[in-house]
Amino acid sequence: MKLPVWFHRFGSPPWVYGFAGACVPWLLICGVLAIAIGAYWGLAIAPTDAVQGEVYRIIYIHPQTAYIGMMAYTLMGIAAGIGFIWRIKLAHAVAVGAAPIGATFTFGALITGAIWGRPTWGTYWEWGDPRIMFELLLLFLFLGYLALRAAFDDRDKADRVSAILAVVGVVNVPIIHFSVDWWNSLHQTATVMQLDDPAMDPEMLVPFLIMVGGFTLLFYGLLFRRLQAGIVERESGARWLRELVEGAAS
Amino acid sequence: MPLQTFLLVLRRDLKVAFRRISEWSHPLLFFIAVSALFPLALSPERLAMTPGESELFGLQSLGIGVIWMGALLASLMGLDRLFLNDIEDGSLEQLMLGPAPLLSVVYGKLAAHWLVSALPLVILVPLVGLSYRLTPGATAMLALSLLIATPVLTVLVAIGAALTVNLRGATAIIGLLVLPLVSPALIFGARATVLALDAESAAGPLYFNASLAIVAVSLGPVAIAAALRAALE
Repeated sequence: MKLPVWFHRFGSPPWVYGFAGACVPWLLICGVLAIAIGAYWGLAIAPTDAVQGEVYRIIYIHPQTAYIGMMAYTLMGIAAGIGFIWRIKLAHAVAVGAAPIGATFTFGALITGAIWGRPTWGTYWEWGDPRIMFELLLLFLFLGYLALRAAFDDRDKADRVSAILAVVGVVNVPIIHFSVDWWNSLHQTATVMQLDDPAMDPEMLVPFLIMVGGFTLLFYGLLFRRLQAGIVERESGARWLRELVEGAAS
Repeated sequence: MPLQTFLLVLRRDLKVAFRRISEWSHPLLFFIAVSALFPLALSPERLAMTPGESELFGLQSLGIGVIWMGALLASLMGLDRLFLNDIEDGSLEQLMLGPAPLLSVVYGKLAAHWLVSALPLVILVPLVGLSYRLTPGATAMLALSLLIATPVLTVLVAIGAALTVNLRGATAIIGLLVLPLVSPALIFGARATVLALDAESAAGPLYFNASLAIVAVSLGPVAIAAALRAALE
């Protein structure tokens, strides 16, 4: 089977370097802009929630951080798996780039959740809540991946070994999510308010979705920037890179 | 051929284990020491003072948690030698060069490791359970759920060991890699024990753990073999 040229290009470091570099400013500008609009809309214009009051406004940042964390982990696992199976260096660079961003957003989800939990549940940290436990375990999975990579001196070996861990982790994440949910459904007595209310008012839903889009753009902007750095690191000494640097210097 | 390799590796690993008693007895002693020291970390009058419940409630709940965590930690002990001995003396490389698939070697090593490290733990656990005043039913369930959960632990711990064979003294990293992954087995196993303590049916969590064990035993060795190949290439 013959693959189209545009598909092959994604395996070429110089092309991806240029492509990512062209995308980064747009992604970051649009992302920050969307977050600014969404934040203003959500915090100042959107109506107050009838049940939770002003506290509900955490939905304009907390679910987005949690979603980015989970997406980053999935992306990391898929990219690492592609890199492992077809021995594509760039896929490993994507996985490595996604991990620290995902860990940061997962940590952010825990922090924003704690800030929301204090006025709503009366505590920053509730061991019985499945979502907190899942986010915490997800953070540990990210940190384990990063720790394993950091322990290797040889980058190729770190790529291959950490890719296996990432794939095992991605297979496990749904199991962990499900089991933590199940664990709690038997422990918990008081029903916790659902954040993802299906019948969200459009006045609230629009800024919510704008924030989701803004966070996604921001994530990919950061990822592409890290991907560029990863390519420079992996390709150091390559001719196209030297020509690029010399061209920029002259 | 694969079956012969499996049996050969299994027999050899068992023989080696029985000649090096410390290798499998130390995790067991560690497990007993952990479960013995845990009550010392809590004042006895607090254990007995759980309001609104029977005096035993605190001790029993603590015991289930202690035994499960102790079993988890014990299965993390000494696992860094699981593949390292064979890599250092070159025998693993010879086995990989041979005609038999690496998977059958991995299965043989896992089976031996489970027989040597997990099975004694399952046999020992009722003793510790009784010392925490668990009911006979809960004690039996503890051993049964541990018997079902230990294949998951063995496989996941072996994945951690295979990923870190190149890293000397990486035991701390293995803990970080493996502990989040084993959380489902821990949840279902401990839940089955609690249900048995309350004299309720524990079939649900047991089935879950059994299915986890099937998934782990069928897919895990593929990851282990891939990790060993990546480490030795």
